[in-house]
Amino acid sequence: MYQWDFTPVLANSGMLAAGLANTLKVTGTALALGVPFGLGLALLRLSSWRALSLPAGFIVEFFRTTPPLVQLFWFFFALPILIQVEMTPFVAAALTFSIQSAAFFAEVFRAGIVSIERGQSEAARALGMTGSQAMRRVILPQAVKRMIPAFTERAIELMKTTTLVATVSYADLLFQANELAQKTFRPLEVFTVTALIYFTVIYAASLVVHRIERRMAISGETTVH
Amino acid sequence: MNHNWNFDAVWANPEALLAGAAGTLRIFTICLVLGLSLGLLVGLGRYSVRQWIYLPASAFVEFFRNTPVLVQILWFYFALPMLVPFEISPLMAAALGISLNSAAFSGEIFRGGIQSLERSQWEGAQALGMTDAQAMRRIILPQAIKRMLPALTNRAIEIFKMSTLASAVAYVELLQQGKLIASINYNPIEAYTVIALIFFAFLYPLVQATYVLERKLRQGD
Amino acid sequence: MTSDTALPLLRVTGLRKHFGRDEIIRGIDLDVAPGDRIAILGASGSGKSTLLRCLNFMERPTAGRIVLGGKVIGTERSGHDGKIEVSYSESELTRVRQRVGMVFQQFNLFPHMTALGNVMEGLRTVKGMARDAAAAKAQGQLARVGLEDKADVYPSRLSGGQKQRVAIARALAMEPELLLFDEPTSALDPELVGEVLRTIRTLAEEGRTMLLVTHEVGFAYHFANRVLFIADGVIHEQGSPDEVLKHPQQARTQAFLARHNEFQF
Repeated sequence: MYQWDFTPVLANSGMLAAGLANTLKVTGTALALGVPFGLGLALLRLSSWRALSLPAGFIVEFFRTTPPLVQLFWFFFALPILIQVEMTPFVAAALTFSIQSAAFFAEVFRAGIVSIERGQSEAARALGMTGSQAMRRVILPQAVKRMIPAFTERAIELMKTTTLVATVSYADLLFQANELAQKTFRPLEVFTVTALIYFTVIYAASLVVHRIERRMAISGETTVH
Repeated sequence: MNHNWNFDAVWANPEALLAGAAGTLRIFTICLVLGLSLGLLVGLGRYSVRQWIYLPASAFVEFFRNTPVLVQILWFYFALPMLVPFEISPLMAAALGISLNSAAFSGEIFRGGIQSLERSQWEGAQALGMTDAQAMRRIILPQAIKRMLPALTNRAIEIFKMSTLASAVAYVELLQQGKLIASINYNPIEAYTVIALIFFAFLYPLVQATYVLERKLRQGD
Repeated sequence: MTSDTALPLLRVTGLRKHFGRDEIIRGIDLDVAPGDRIAILGASGSGKSTLLRCLNFMERPTAGRIVLGGKVIGTERSGHDGKIEVSYSESELTRVRQRVGMVFQQFNLFPHMTALGNVMEGLRTVKGMARDAAAAKAQGQLARVGLEDKADVYPSRLSGGQKQRVAIARALAMEPELLLFDEPTSALDPELVGEVLRTIRTLAEEGRTMLLVTHEVGFAYHFANRVLFIADGVIHEQGSPDEVLKHPQQARTQAFLARHNEFQF
């Protein structure tokens, strides 16, 4: 019978805390860059000018379709040689997950924008607004409200996906756990605790999402996925 | 950007790529079958009125949906061997992690699909004297599965993408073989570009087919 | 034409509009003089709404010339086989729409803004007015349609008739030279139609230039100084309300009016 012993994990909890901080840092960076870039991609993809909409559509489809770990390896191992720059695990991770989540956010934005009734943009244009004024003042404020559930769900997916950075030796929570397991010879305790930390953080986030979804359902706004 | 692209070394060893493709297909098939059938059980469990079925099924879904699949794979690979008296191979660890994760997600799809059917369908079946199990098998599931088809094909695509995570425990699949080719030939650009394109070429038609399916079903409803 | 002496505010010649292969407008000529109140009638699918939507370029005409205030809209050049092709720049159309207001069948109020916010929106975003000035002006417009006490209410809490009156105030705030109404009462419950028609009647008495697409034949009779009957994308019959609505000459106009025989003059 296996003798559980969590003391080595507790003694090194600082390592895991540092890992969690790095996980949040990658997630935060990818969100901060991915959201505006995703909005840009969505607007380009909705453009009536095919020279803009086709490349934007290709970027979105490519990054939604290929496995994120393949993307990460490409950015970490291939890109630095191609453009001859130093690549740190953090930069590679931030780049990969920013672009990848931008592709997903672009679809969230696009679905939100096209869900707004035609009459709204017509009314805005009938007042003499330009296309970009109508987008900024009338369409986006309504679309963003509808997008919030899909958006937060995607942010949670992003946080789970950031575990992949451990494979290129970025010291996120999973990487730190692996180190700690080798150091203490206690993989069972270390990985169990790590799984529980992820569960706690992600489950708490998803509870918040569900609360928002319920409130939106009450106020009569539909969810766009 | 004056890199001289040279793909010769990637194609020089087709067996390596083929072995990787075989590994990818193997783990994909295992996880698809296990994930969806387990998911159906879990989804039915979440629909049960019996607490001793409903509660464990719900706990399973919440836990596996809310932890990263890579953490699950590493747990099965590094932690589980401490508890069981046998070896855990890379394939077992990766397949367990991906299958259980997919079971949790597809469980929610099955539950949603079953719930989306109107009460009248149940009542119609009961009026014919069917038991609940008969009604589920003969009336509810056949209709629900049609509605769930796009979500389930999306899941299958996700499973295919997730299969690359098996490389983290050195299971021989496409990405792992890409790593191998890159490290032997010092050509990561070509190696990883080819791997990315293989995945894209395989998955893109599937994704497009799913869009078509979604549109068709929406029109048919 | 009733307006031989006055310079037309709007002159439309040879207007055509295709949607794919469907030709919805098949050559319409129309002069609108300042102060004209024109009611446009016709069966559904006759092209009357499309005609209206071409006038503020919600739809771009396929062919024809639209002159607003003496100025041709768009850039004309002769294309192949001698036909004149018109190209429009979005920035020019944006300026045109500031001069031509529109009220929609479905109101199209902005749901994320209060009634006052809706009326202020064009003043702030398009005309660049300061917040206080825009608010004061918008408040005045709401008072004109009898909704000064609804300024802080969101559209979801307004009745259909109130929504449409806010939409009218929103269009009026921009001080358009020409106001287009696209079936403004068709989406309303019968008991709410009256308040909207009364509001429109008030505007008529102020001498505003207006075009109104409507099914309310009785209202058209009292509201308009000219009536157009549209069928198959052309003006089938036109004249004074008496001529078109009481003594129609064309069989199709007569048939249309017979189907709307519930109206009383």
